[in-house]
Amino acid sequence: MTEPAPAADLPEDVRALIGKAQYHETATFPVEMGYSYNTLAATENGNPLYWDFEVAEQLTGGMTLPVSTLSLWMRPHRWAPGATGEQVALKTHFDLKERLGLPEAIMSDNTLIGYEPVRPGDVISHHQVLRSISDVKTTKLGTGRFWVIDVEYHNQNGDLVGVESYTGFGYRRSTEVNS
Amino acid sequence: MNPQTSAATGSPATSSAAMDNTGTDKIVLDQVSAGTVLPPLGYDVSATTVVLGALASRDWRPMHHDHKFATERNGTADIFLNTPNLAAWFERYITDWTGPKGRIGRLTFRIRDSVFPGDHMVFAGTVSGTEIDESGCGWASVDISVTAGDRLCCTCTARVALPTDGTDNPWTRRSEDWKP
Repeated sequence: MTEPAPAADLPEDVRALIGKAQYHETATFPVEMGYSYNTLAATENGNPLYWDFEVAEQLTGGMTLPVSTLSLWMRPHRWAPGATGEQVALKTHFDLKERLGLPEAIMSDNTLIGYEPVRPGDVISHHQVLRSISDVKTTKLGTGRFWVIDVEYHNQNGDLVGVESYTGFGYRRSTEVNS
Repeated sequence: MNPQTSAATGSPATSSAAMDNTGTDKIVLDQVSAGTVLPPLGYDVSATTVVLGALASRDWRPMHHDHKFATERNGTADIFLNTPNLAAWFERYITDWTGPKGRIGRLTFRIRDSVFPGDHMVFAGTVSGTEIDESGCGWASVDISVTAGDRLCCTCTARVALPTDGTDNPWTRRSEDWKP
């Protein structure tokens, strides 16, 4: 796919990140059903594929997890021994906020593609690729830039389990509020 | 009255009772075509809904649980549903319709406005097309909207695999036979 040309006024070190795979990381804990149940409960999702072992065994050869839980395995604990500062997921997104001086951010678009099903006991790894950064834009939230970050997820066997693409908007509010 | 419609408001009823997805052979590809309308799903969003969804997806960012942060720092009206939880709601909406043999290949959604506590969010979907790919997998493309009152909050396009007949099972497809 052809990516748009990088915005001309971007710092060189930021331009250099475009297309570069970063943050090759492996989850700190294996996939477990508890988070599946949390997600299913939060959305009142009664799909028996995820609740009934016999249905899961019949259809997929065992329990799997909802594809929408893909990203959670790579999200760090809010706190961990020895860690300092806020632990965040999708670090490329937070790097861009800091480097471009855009204190606030939201996600505007998400694409989620499911491949090999994720199963309890899997250990997920991922990497992130910054695909593009827009020119400066102004929305109702403030002035900033949109960026697209792709994330590719694999299991412990190297099988591709999913790909996500996020569009984030980092911005500075029109009337900046200090925190 | 449509059993999925609230008698009091005429809008889609709340909660999981709106749809039942316990059958494994709920829909096969032949039963759907462009224009097929999915049953709507309405849900009353509370602060608990937002926080449950954020924590379930291990999203600890404060705009999804801290009203003061969301309003004073982010400039939003309230805490709001986070992106992975929205994906989970789309997943629930789609598989409520397909049953467990439905296998989501791809979800692409745009968040046009946030979903806040106090909103009655309504999912509505229409099949835009069907196909059988070269490996024999049956697919339906579905356009979905999420509204809250007169606000269009999200639009989504989903590509979901459906069994082509009573013996087919999209979950058996692997590697080159799975083209999401």
